[in-house]
Amino acid sequence: MSFEVHSLAFAYAHQPVLQGVSLALPAGHFYGILGPNGCGKTTLLDLLAGHRQPAAGVIRYRGRDLGGYARRALAAEIALVPQDFYINFPFTAQEIVMMGRYPFIPRFAAPSAEDHQRVRDVMKVTGTWPLRRAFVTELSGGERQRVVFARALAQDTRVLLLDEATSNLDIGHCLELLALTAGAVRTAGKTVIAVFQDINLAAAFCDRLVFIKAGAVVAHGETGEVLRAEVLREIFGVSARVSYNSYCDAQQVVFRKSAA
Amino acid sequence: MTVSNFKNRLQQATGLQLLLLILLLGALILASAGLGYIPLGFGDVARILAAKATGIAGFADGLDPLLPVVVWEVRLPRILTAAIVGGGLAVAGAVYQGILLNPLADPYTLGVSAGAAFGAALALLLGIDFLGVYSLPLCAFIGAAGTLATVVYLSAAAGGFSSNNLILSGIVVAAILSAGISFLKYVADEQVAVIIFWLMGSFASRTWTDVTLTLACVSLGLAVSVFFARDLNLMAMGERAAGSLGVDTRRVTLVLIVTASLVSAVCVSVSGIIGFVGLLVPHMMRALTGPDNRRLLPVSLLAGAILLLCADTTTRALLPTEIPIGVLTALIGGPFFCYVFRKRQTMRGSRR
Repeated sequence: MSFEVHSLAFAYAHQPVLQGVSLALPAGHFYGILGPNGCGKTTLLDLLAGHRQPAAGVIRYRGRDLGGYARRALAAEIALVPQDFYINFPFTAQEIVMMGRYPFIPRFAAPSAEDHQRVRDVMKVTGTWPLRRAFVTELSGGERQRVVFARALAQDTRVLLLDEATSNLDIGHCLELLALTAGAVRTAGKTVIAVFQDINLAAAFCDRLVFIKAGAVVAHGETGEVLRAEVLREIFGVSARVSYNSYCDAQQVVFRKSAA
Repeated sequence: MTVSNFKNRLQQATGLQLLLLILLLGALILASAGLGYIPLGFGDVARILAAKATGIAGFADGLDPLLPVVVWEVRLPRILTAAIVGGGLAVAGAVYQGILLNPLADPYTLGVSAGAAFGAALALLLGIDFLGVYSLPLCAFIGAAGTLATVVYLSAAAGGFSSNNLILSGIVVAAILSAGISFLKYVADEQVAVIIFWLMGSFASRTWTDVTLTLACVSLGLAVSVFFARDLNLMAMGERAAGSLGVDTRRVTLVLIVTASLVSAVCVSVSGIIGFVGLLVPHMMRALTGPDNRRLLPVSLLAGAILLLCADTTTRALLPTEIPIGVLTALIGGPFFCYVFRKRQTMRGSRR
């Protein structure tokens, strides 16, 4: 079991964002979190990452209260790829990816040969190796996002949290990185929890989906079971048709242009 | 790509850079100790220092007995204070730029200088002198520390410190204090010249006590900053990303802000307000070392020391009359910064 969440609540200055969220997220799955803008998806990720403290309720990670983990220990377990990434200082792409190894390197030590190897490997599989000497301030948005993705992979954690991590990428790079991530779930038993806007991308890569609306979980379960037209109508207020698509080898959704 | 390659190679030579800067600083200290109203050769300075350091008076045999006093008691304290203050301001500037995610921040962004100036102006106006010559620096320090506490209090939110909140609080508090200083000047009458002169900064008549005090504070500040340098690198990627990489962002922000502010408060207290060193030096050195604070902080320290020592020696020994050091650094540093800034803009334009 990766995460167990019991009656979780969170509020920003008395504005409730999440309430009564209870979820069990066993390890080794690719979870997609879907829901309308402002429904609390990103807040849920922040809580799972330990970046924010819940107002009420409990989050357990691998059987222990998340709040009981030291920051550094958590960084070796859970990596986060944020949606947008802005940096003002000209670090090279390779330096940024190496930062993913910091939780494993003592404060005043130099990176080991193993750390360098790991950085080289993830930069090669993410296609960022040719950018290694480029300044991250001079990369395009998509290139920068791939570098940040590589940094999270360099962290080599059991859990990977993606906060709309592929929304700045073109479809080619997007599919490439999601396939890479899904491969890590299948072969290395990693747990990925990803917030998506694109329902079809989520349906193609995630084996489990969690639907959130107005701070509460409306439906969750295996993709084949919860991805239904009624659920999409309830969550997003849209008319949709869900069917298995053999070309994609997954459930896919088509939408009617007008909401009615 | 070739520019990047060249820069990368240059950045790897940090050890060499540090060594060269240390040698340059040492040479400049010796050279400037020989400059002044009574010029002295390099060799004579070295002999006087050797005599002082070893306690064997024989090294200084044959020299005018006045010279060791001039070098050791008058020039050296001033030279060393200028160098240490320069280094301290540069390190504080680098830390501020890292924490506030803004390459244009400087040690005074959070109002430390305005606080120190207000404290000093108040001390000068009220004639506070219960601690003799240390009353003025102490009042300046209290003003700076009080300002810092106010700014931190104003900007503290439930989630931590956002750089925007810190900058905004700093600007507001500094604006209030500036008005306060104007008011003090207005009511000061004949004292106004003293206040204005102090505000413009000077290293004249520094003593070994100043050297010891600033050296202790700047060393401590450097040690704390270097200890958190790697966390500071991660903070450049934003609070969320830094948190997910194991940094306690709230604690690191608070510790570093307080450290950098206290270092600049001590520097301002002993020397008055010296602008541009804390802005310019980290900015320039970042082009040399890259943005990694583990390299940037020590290199900035040495470069800041060299810069302010050169500026102080210029005004002390080379110019026909001494002009306030704060004025000199702004007069030279300001246009230089404009030149570098403009050049970078045009370079960026052609690359895109």
